[in-house]
Amino acid sequence: MTRAQTGPDPAFDILIIGAGVVGCAAFRAFAMAGLRAALVERGADLLSGASKANSALLHTGFDAVPGSLEARLMRQGHAAYRALHARLGLPLLETGAIVVAWTEADLAALPGIVARAHANGVADVRLLSAPEVRQREPHLAPDLLGGVLVPGEAVIDPWSAPLAYARQGLAHGGTLLRETRVTAGRQAEDGSWQLETSAGPLRARVVVNCAGNQGDIVEAIARPSPFEIRPRKGQFVVLDKTAFALARSIILPVPNERTKGVVISRTAFGNLLVGPTAEEQQDREAATVEEAALVELLRQGRRMIPALAEEPVTATYAGLRPATQFKDYQIEALPARRWITVGGIRSTGLTGSLGIAAYLLELYGAHFAPLPPPPEPIWTPVPNLTETLPRPWQQPGRDEIICHCEMVTRAEITAALAPPLPAGDLGGLKRRTRCMMGRCQGFYCTRRVLEIAAPHLPGLVAPLDGGAG
Amino acid sequence: MRQAIIIGAGPAGLTAARHLAAAGLRDVLVLERNPEAGGLPRFAAHPGWGMLDFHRLWSGPRYARELVRAAAAAEIRTGHSVTALAPGGGVEVNSAAGTETLHARAVLLAAGIREMPRSARLLSGTRPWGVLSTGAFQEMVHAGGMRPFLRPVILGTELVAFSALLTARQAGIRPVAMLEAGRRITARRPGDWVARHLLGVPVRTATRLLAVEGQGRVEAVLVERDGRRERIACDGVILSGRFVPEAALARAGHLTMDPGTGGPAIDNHWRCSDPAFFAAGNVLRPVEHSGAAAAEGAAAARAMLRALEGRLPPPSAALPVVAAGGLRYVYPQRVVPGDGMVRLLARAAAAGRGWLRLSAGGVVLWQRAIHALPERRITLPLDTGLLRGAAGVTVELA
Ligand SMILES: Cc1cc2nc3c(=O)[nH]c(=O)nc-3n(C[C@H](O)[C@H](O)[C@H](O)COP(=O)(O)OP(=O)(O)OC[C@H]3O[C@@H](n4cnc5c(N)ncnc54)[C@H](O)[C@@H]3O)c2cc1C
Ligand SMILES: Cc1cc2nc3c(=O)[nH]c(=O)nc-3n(C[C@H](O)[C@H](O)[C@H](O)COP(=O)(O)OP(=O)(O)OC[C@H]3O[C@@H](n4cnc5c(N)ncnc54)[C@H](O)[C@@H]3O)c2cc1C
Repeated sequence: MTRAQTGPDPAFDILIIGAGVVGCAAFRAFAMAGLRAALVERGADLLSGASKANSALLHTGFDAVPGSLEARLMRQGHAAYRALHARLGLPLLETGAIVVAWTEADLAALPGIVARAHANGVADVRLLSAPEVRQREPHLAPDLLGGVLVPGEAVIDPWSAPLAYARQGLAHGGTLLRETRVTAGRQAEDGSWQLETSAGPLRARVVVNCAGNQGDIVEAIARPSPFEIRPRKGQFVVLDKTAFALARSIILPVPNERTKGVVISRTAFGNLLVGPTAEEQQDREAATVEEAALVELLRQGRRMIPALAEEPVTATYAGLRPATQFKDYQIEALPARRWITVGGIRSTGLTGSLGIAAYLLELYGAHFAPLPPPPEPIWTPVPNLTETLPRPWQQPGRDEIICHCEMVTRAEITAALAPPLPAGDLGGLKRRTRCMMGRCQGFYCTRRVLEIAAPHLPGLVAPLDGGAG
Repeated sequence: MRQAIIIGAGPAGLTAARHLAAAGLRDVLVLERNPEAGGLPRFAAHPGWGMLDFHRLWSGPRYARELVRAAAAAEIRTGHSVTALAPGGGVEVNSAAGTETLHARAVLLAAGIREMPRSARLLSGTRPWGVLSTGAFQEMVHAGGMRPFLRPVILGTELVAFSALLTARQAGIRPVAMLEAGRRITARRPGDWVARHLLGVPVRTATRLLAVEGQGRVEAVLVERDGRRERIACDGVILSGRFVPEAALARAGHLTMDPGTGGPAIDNHWRCSDPAFFAAGNVLRPVEHSGAAAAEGAAAARAMLRALEGRLPPPSAALPVVAAGGLRYVYPQRVVPGDGMVRLLARAAAAGRGWLRLSAGGVVLWQRAIHALPERRITLPLDTGLLRGAAGVTVELA
């Protein structure tokens, strides 16, 4: 769009750097508050960083550090998700979680876990005896010693939630710019920002840094970063859909000093997830999977649920937590710099994002400008990808199925490539539809998916008679 | 209630349909989830199909068309996905018309096979675009007219890997290397000769793929040979040589599976643990060529006809057949005593020489010295007349 001289002011009220789940939630909140908001992402699509690969758990915050910002915002984020998920078409798989004790030391730690949960205001957390755990989870190895029940822990769709937030932000007039890396910036005399990006300059009255694993680098645009990103990798194994029935609750380890412990949980897509690892690394970009770690995850999974030994692996993946030297979220408003820092949203950002977004509105109102009365919300439900709600293939008159493992129809793939927020790369298409993500990982459907997608996503394939790709 | 339903219109399913229809069954229904029938051969343009069953040397697509034509007396419904099985011959099927459960007195599972993806191989590294199974690659080239990369490495050296090499050549793709973890090329000549001399592709044996590298797309692979690591620049990886039966329907349902084959366990009449279900073709075990799959489809059809006529022995009479020693699997996994000669099929877990031994109740019924190769199937004759009073059969490679 070209703006005439008399057109609206080219500066955004607020510009958010980074379209991870935190940036998407912030974008939604500011746009819904009536501000001219921009969400700027260097990747070809949303979720190019930490947010594309996590455990997909909606935490209660029962084990957070009491009194921390993280504890508060997780609690708020959790409540907000519960309040709005249905209106955005987002799922909620009410699994609950059980912290399982396998050793005497684990067992001795359980009362402390309950006490901390209560201190965090998660009042329904309680001890379970070993027989009670076995009764709830008959597939767990019988030598377990006891557990703690956390009824509120749940499983969600980690991809559709941020997509829904971004789309609602767009519906409220927000601007999303992809393939736009913010590289530098300076404040004008009126305090507003002139940002340099890979796609040209942008102006904004206030900037929010939600850059995840690039958080300290982006922070340096405004000031010497008070925190340093120390990426912490988590690897996962996704087991076949036939494993789904082997755990009803999320099976959590008792945290201790020596071992990290592995979580087993259902996914909203009908699989069973084992992971993550926790490995510090320097590299901020590459989240590799490693055979030895995957084998170890499987071993630990089978130790807890012996029947997992029979279950084939569907997928493996890894994500990078944007951890810092601090435990807590690093959120701060810098009024003079007209900048809001949102850093170190390490391992609970999917849960905390809506709480973080609400807190950012508070900070904005307190430090930058009073918020106008918000307009009527516009609800823009996203297509359902999960097994918790009906899916398109189950509807009479369905389009032809392209991906047989995940039962994805042609119409879903076409829709994911169309406005308002078309997939920007193959990963984005997979996250919007689940195509190629099932047990065959594209053996049966790659050609047909690409026949539909290649015209929209250049660079994947070249026509045979044409030149190089 | 129908007489017969066949799940999957590949060589096994279509051959079974042809035989059932030829025997006079009027309501044979084949359910195929793809828009066209024919199964995997549809996308393999290289010649060599139809030799065993049609005595011709056709291309894969031609073979698929001929299989469909020969099964014309059966009803083939494409665009029909079977989503679940129910005890006693129930088949839940989904199509544009919705989801319904059909019933048949005899149901044949002929859902075929797929290649094992990188995830299930627990392959290390990043997960960029450009890592493809051979089947997906060939389908992209032959049916899609697409070139996904220009200089891939090929992982594996069995026949399928060389057919990937031929496909690559047709598409103007020049693989930079073929990698084989073993000390020898799996496909016997002329595979290595073709690779080396015709196509100029170096075959690296005793070379392990350690990791895939690259962000958006494959940029290199890290390999190891004799403790030495090396980075090979490439823009894709073609995975070949490991297969998994497409047996999720059986595993998710009530049928007994064999962890050795990865397919449903059957008896010598191709019956699954629920005798309303039969299985044939590559859904039974990792890959055999199409002629073998088609022959199994024909044999299963004969068994289904006998079942419909009430002429099969009760399944409860069958004894277990177990693989031991160096064998990865053996099937059928159950045999009925007094059923005449039965052919058992087995595979060795690793290459080596040894004694192949068939025994029941500690008594050796048959043995032979063999030189086993994991890619070669092993057949054993079993005289079920010798099994009266036995509790089970053991097949061992010692
Ligand atoms: C293994 C693992 C398991 C987890 N499990 C859970 C869980 O179960 N529940 C839960 O609530 N949380 C979980 N988390 C945490 C959650 O995933 C993170 O807290 C969250 O994704 C962080 O989001 P973010 O938006 O801050 O960062 P990111 O998602 O990394 O987003 C930052 C974005 O900024 C972009 N960017 C960076 N620099 C620039 C620039 N200069 N210009 C433009 N764009 C830029 C990046 O490309 C990226 O897309 C887990 C995390 C991991 C890794
Ligand atoms: C890469 C590759 C190359 C090969 N090259 C050769 C070769 O050169 N020569 C040769 O002889 N053999 C070759 N083979 C082996 C050959 O493809 C198989 O032997 C043959 O296709 C097996 O036949 P089938 O009927 O058992 O299975 P398939 O051909 O796999 O057919 C199974 C059918 O079942 C359908 N199906 C599966 N699940 C469902 C469901 N739930 N609902 C409805 N329908 C379903 C599938 O869509 C498919 O059409 C190759 C195999 C591969 C993977």
